[in-house]
Amino acid sequence: MPGKLKVKICAGRHLPVMDRASDLTDAFVEVKFSNTTFKTEVYPKSLNPQWNSEWFKFEVDDEDLQDEPLQITVLDHDTYSANDAIGKVYIDIDPLLCSEAATVICGWFPIYDTIHGIRGEINVSVKVDLFNDLNRFRQSSCGVKFFCSTSIPKCYKAVVVHGFVEELVVNEDPEYQWIDRIRTPRASNEARQRLISLMSGELQRKIGLKVLEMGGNAVVGYLQCFDLEGESGLVVRAIGTACTLDKISNTSAAQLPACNSPSKEIKEAPFSEDPNPNTHSSGPSTPLKNQTYSFSPSKSYSRQSSSSDTDLSLTPKTGMGSGGSAGKDGGHLKTLLRQQTQSALEQREFPFFTLTSFPLGFLIHAGGVVSARSVKLLDRIHNPDEPETRDAWWEEIRQEIKSHAKALGCHAVVGYSESTSICEEVCILSASGTAAVLNPKFLQDGCLDCYSENRLEDTSPPSCGFCHIPYDELNMPFPAHLTYCCNCRRQKVPDVLFTTIDLPIEAAVTGKGCLIQARLCRLKKKAQGEANATAISNLLPFMEYELHTQLMNKLKLRGMNALFGLRIQISVGENMLVGLASATGVYLTALPAPGGIQIAGKTPSDIAYEQHISNIQKKINDTISRNKELYEIHPLEISEEVIGSPIPEPRQRSRLLRSHSESSDEVSELDLSHGKKDAFVLEIDDADAVEDILSLLTDAPLPTGFYSCNTENMPGIHNWTSSIQMFTTVRVFRLNNVNVTNQGLNKCFNDLCENLLKSLYFKLRSMIPCCICHLNFTVAVPEDELIQVAATAVAMTFDKDQSQEILKSNTAPMKAISENEEQLQFPMELSSDSPSVQTFPPSKGTGLLENASPQTIQGTSRATSVDYSSFADRCNSWIELIKLKAQTIRRGSIKTTPSLDKASPLAEGHLRLRSTPSCTDSTVTVVKMTPLSFIPGAKIIKYLGIINMFFIRETTSLREEGGVSGFLHTFIAEVFAMVRAHVAALGGNAVISYIMKECVFMENSNKNQAQCLINVSGDAVILIRESEQEGVPIQTHGSTNQTPQSGGAPVS
Amino acid sequence: MSVELDVFVGNTTIMDEEVYQLWLDGYTVNDAVSIRMKSGILEQFGTTEDVLESDTMDHYRTFQMTERLLHHPSKLVNQVLFQIPPHRQAMLIERYYAFDEAFVREVLGKKLSKGTKKDLDDVSAKTGITLKSCRRQFDNFKRVFKVVEEMKGPLVENVQCNFLLSDKLARDYAAIVFFANSRFETGKKKLQYLTFEDFAFCACQLIQNWTVGAVDNMVEDMDVDLDKEFLQDLKDLKILITDKDMLDQHKSLVCTGLRGKIQVFNEMEGNFKNLSRGLINIAAKLTNTKDVRDFFIDLVEKVIEPCKADRWLISDVRAFLTQYTNSARALDGFKHQAVWERYMCVIKSCILKMYHD
Repeated sequence: MPGKLKVKICAGRHLPVMDRASDLTDAFVEVKFSNTTFKTEVYPKSLNPQWNSEWFKFEVDDEDLQDEPLQITVLDHDTYSANDAIGKVYIDIDPLLCSEAATVICGWFPIYDTIHGIRGEINVSVKVDLFNDLNRFRQSSCGVKFFCSTSIPKCYKAVVVHGFVEELVVNEDPEYQWIDRIRTPRASNEARQRLISLMSGELQRKIGLKVLEMGGNAVVGYLQCFDLEGESGLVVRAIGTACTLDKISNTSAAQLPACNSPSKEIKEAPFSEDPNPNTHSSGPSTPLKNQTYSFSPSKSYSRQSSSSDTDLSLTPKTGMGSGGSAGKDGGHLKTLLRQQTQSALEQREFPFFTLTSFPLGFLIHAGGVVSARSVKLLDRIHNPDEPETRDAWWEEIRQEIKSHAKALGCHAVVGYSESTSICEEVCILSASGTAAVLNPKFLQDGCLDCYSENRLEDTSPPSCGFCHIPYDELNMPFPAHLTYCCNCRRQKVPDVLFTTIDLPIEAAVTGKGCLIQARLCRLKKKAQGEANATAISNLLPFMEYELHTQLMNKLKLRGMNALFGLRIQISVGENMLVGLASATGVYLTALPAPGGIQIAGKTPSDIAYEQHISNIQKKINDTISRNKELYEIHPLEISEEVIGSPIPEPRQRSRLLRSHSESSDEVSELDLSHGKKDAFVLEIDDADAVEDILSLLTDAPLPTGFYSCNTENMPGIHNWTSSIQMFTTVRVFRLNNVNVTNQGLNKCFNDLCENLLKSLYFKLRSMIPCCICHLNFTVAVPEDELIQVAATAVAMTFDKDQSQEILKSNTAPMKAISENEEQLQFPMELSSDSPSVQTFPPSKGTGLLENASPQTIQGTSRATSVDYSSFADRCNSWIELIKLKAQTIRRGSIKTTPSLDKASPLAEGHLRLRSTPSCTDSTVTVVKMTPLSFIPGAKIIKYLGIINMFFIRETTSLREEGGVSGFLHTFIAEVFAMVRAHVAALGGNAVISYIMKECVFMENSNKNQAQCLINVSGDAVILIRESEQEGVPIQTHGSTNQTPQSGGAPVS
Repeated sequence: MSVELDVFVGNTTIMDEEVYQLWLDGYTVNDAVSIRMKSGILEQFGTTEDVLESDTMDHYRTFQMTERLLHHPSKLVNQVLFQIPPHRQAMLIERYYAFDEAFVREVLGKKLSKGTKKDLDDVSAKTGITLKSCRRQFDNFKRVFKVVEEMKGPLVENVQCNFLLSDKLARDYAAIVFFANSRFETGKKKLQYLTFEDFAFCACQLIQNWTVGAVDNMVEDMDVDLDKEFLQDLKDLKILITDKDMLDQHKSLVCTGLRGKIQVFNEMEGNFKNLSRGLINIAAKLTNTKDVRDFFIDLVEKVIEPCKADRWLISDVRAFLTQYTNSARALDGFKHQAVWERYMCVIKSCILKMYHD
């Protein structure tokens, strides 16, 4: 009996009228957890009942605590007939099970009914007392933290990144059970909501167990999805990256996020033992001190985990300080290291990471996108307790991904994700990621001990290192055109780079990035079973090929050479397949400039035709130069001579050695990327195709003042201001034409996407200059002739004037690196120092230098100078307004008798002034939401736990509710409201990494019915404004390559 | 290809003030789109008609969903469905409760009943305001009326407190409620030249001076009803016209005071008795509900029109009324000073406000 759950029902407000005669409601509440139910008294005749119940206590297993949601039902008492349900609230109590997350859940929760939507709110308080050390119970995994965010959470540091965790659970879908024939749709939807909630809890617990087994304490990049397989059941599956995270307890350390834990050298430094926190008041301007105190001994003792003893840190010795050692005895060391890494990773079944951005030095090389798809026929899951089939399917796909990565000379896959598309009994399983070489130091406990002193093989600066090819150029897995890196000129880079990860913040970029989409529809004959699956399988490679070609052409058309955040989604419908690829294009300084696009006609006979071709060619060339202007792509002209005579590559030998262990005969995804020539030359066989190609290629230009990307950070924009607007938009199109052709279909789909984008730009025009970030479209084919596109993204404003300045100051050092020989030597110098650390007892100075400098770099690059003052201003004026309102109201209330009910503006006015949400507080807390892992101008001080909610809404009066649009509009607004309420109840004021994972909409206009099912998730956090730190981050920003020098000053 | 469904929902609800106004004015989506197009918005932002239509639809849906909350502004502040910053909330409420001058002049003083609501299509036809907008405005009047009608305490503050309106708008609503409650006649042809602002000012004067609340605002009473006791006392003022001596004495005092000070002295002297009778008779009749309704008609017919006919300047009227009020104090045997002052101060400010073309 390791836990006691306590629940108190305080009050309700804005309840619906349940008794027409009196226009009032006799409400009472049922509180249910697991199999125990408590009831409150009936509060008669009120729409704002005050139950003020006792604390209901549930004594439960911690296993149940993790699996079960707390279920609160509000009912209307009826003496003569059955009590009517008003609605329900499900509360996930998982955040209370982790000591570092929320301690109490308390607030106003919207009462939700699947038919009526939100019907008033109820004030509930929930607490949990845990009795035992939970680690002894192997069936539960209380205390493992979950994060949706795909980067290391801001106020934690990663001690070890353990790797991939996955799990799936299956059950029968209540909607397809026999009982569904006799019960109401409402009952069946409620059963589904309850079941999915239960399954999510179970899944999370099981994943948690795996994490504990691996020795971790958290899951980052947690992605949970469910597959509605219809007759064959309901699958809830999740993937994530197990990590050991350490909380950065010191506030000043927290301000430098993803901060590295100090290395051993520091630990031995005498003054670091001084735990006195007062000295810390020297403030963030002295990074050395910060560093020291963030590692106060008291903290390291308080950690019980074994990992903190060995203190495997993200020691940042990788990027900058490397080269020298490799020059001397790097050869065999590197081989050793590689073997070490290899073995570290091979111990894992799948060396996959769901992270998309990484601590500095984690990612060494990115090889390219790997993906795999497979088409399966669904059959009934006979034994839900052993979902072997589904497991086997995913296993198969992951193996394929793994071998693809291997073929690219990579031992790991980052930015990994999985998805499905289901139509009737056919299911497409997809997985994709980016093949990568990682720094082993982060991956394993023991590894660092032996090799921490050894420098990594990587000699390249972090601004380009990840672009260097991981595979052997003599034994390339696919035909590609390699050149020497334009940044460091030491290693080879490919001509284009596609990845699924976010652009590393340290990467050198020229100009700004932009959203690139490839869109495609393919008709398919209606078929059943095996034949259908075969037909789909046959179509898939062609679709992938075409999407890839489109992406490549659009990339060239924008004068860019790399894609980040690539997501390719292929959805299956009864008579068509829809493919949508989104990515953020960027010009990586390290990669060669892309060539133009050449049009080649196949029938070069008549002159008019040639004329036509050359016209198109001209248009294309114009577009390219216009785009270069728009995205400010003005790369430095590097003379051929320099490229031709690269700095001698010292480690050719080891490269050859390595190639032995690699098998490159595997068929890789990138095989589709047909050699260089095809990418450049568009062949046109008939005149019709010309227009099509042209129209497909030339997307409508962005309106001035707008930028868009589908990744976390927008390349080339750093100075966000504080105004953000998150939104969800959904569109469904009906294709009316009976005889559609592939081409017609493509055009329709293309127009759909373009119009949606245009609408977004128009709607958000008041935010100009702004960037729409994380703009990912999700396509579905819900019915025969319907295409549904949904997107959740955030628009963020930035300061235009500053952007140019910072851009200059930002790129200047980067350019300097590539131009200036002296600068180039700088990292070498640093690293030639470092072997001394290895041989001699570590001096205090060096240790500090090494640790302090990259930390500052990280701090600065994240800080991305925000307009704090305007944020503060805005907040101030808000508060002024609220005060003003409160005052006028109070003035007006002098003569009002205090008998007004709680919802009166009087009470409201008073309460609004209170800043902290409390149980009696009737205000609605402002909750910011974003799909990104940060909010500009604000600092995350606490993660309160994961939000994972699932709702079904149905209606039998579609017309009355404003048709399909009205119905869905209300529902999405309700989902937002419920997410906000739950976050506020946890004590938070923002949701980050918010995504809408599922939006399944079905309608039957003839019957006046519709149903929709939405699944959302995110991380609840507490934010504070960053204004008090004004100046500091801005100052240091953009001086990336100077920081090490200033950090090194104390040494000399 | 056709759009089946098209929604856009922001975490912070996006509301375009321009579209809000079009919605409030009762335009259909199509009308609103064409009005917006005429404003050149398409060219300005390089967008297309269907984008504009989709945007307008989204806004209209949002407004329709908020409307239910706007009916009880305190609910809007406390609701969870839409995240709207406080200053936007204030804007939404203020604009929703704003009304058209032309409309309010048609409805002012009428019973806010179903019957009146049925006649709104006539009002709409006459004023050119869409029927939808007329209905919204009428429903606002009625809703505010219902809420504050039976409420204790000062009217303006009750309105402000329950509907979170600005000072100015709350005062206007107080006037509307006051007029509707006492059913003052404002629609007669002779009153057409008066603006809503004139009436609102007068209402404010009446509320401040003639209701029970005016005497003791801590007492539990209703601000909307006139002080019955006071109205009864007004009958005592009749002595000023029934007592021949007193009338003569009053006249001579006024004439002495005004000689050489007003341009229309002769006309005043000749007309004094008529004017005084008019003013006192209005006072004496106010106990009858019917005559209360005709209060403004009477003021115009008995005082304002005769003065206008003799081309009195507003300064003449002011001087006359001041002198007329003050002189009564000096009269022997006139013992109703308090009632007299309370009556005349309102009459004076109302007449002066209403004395224009």
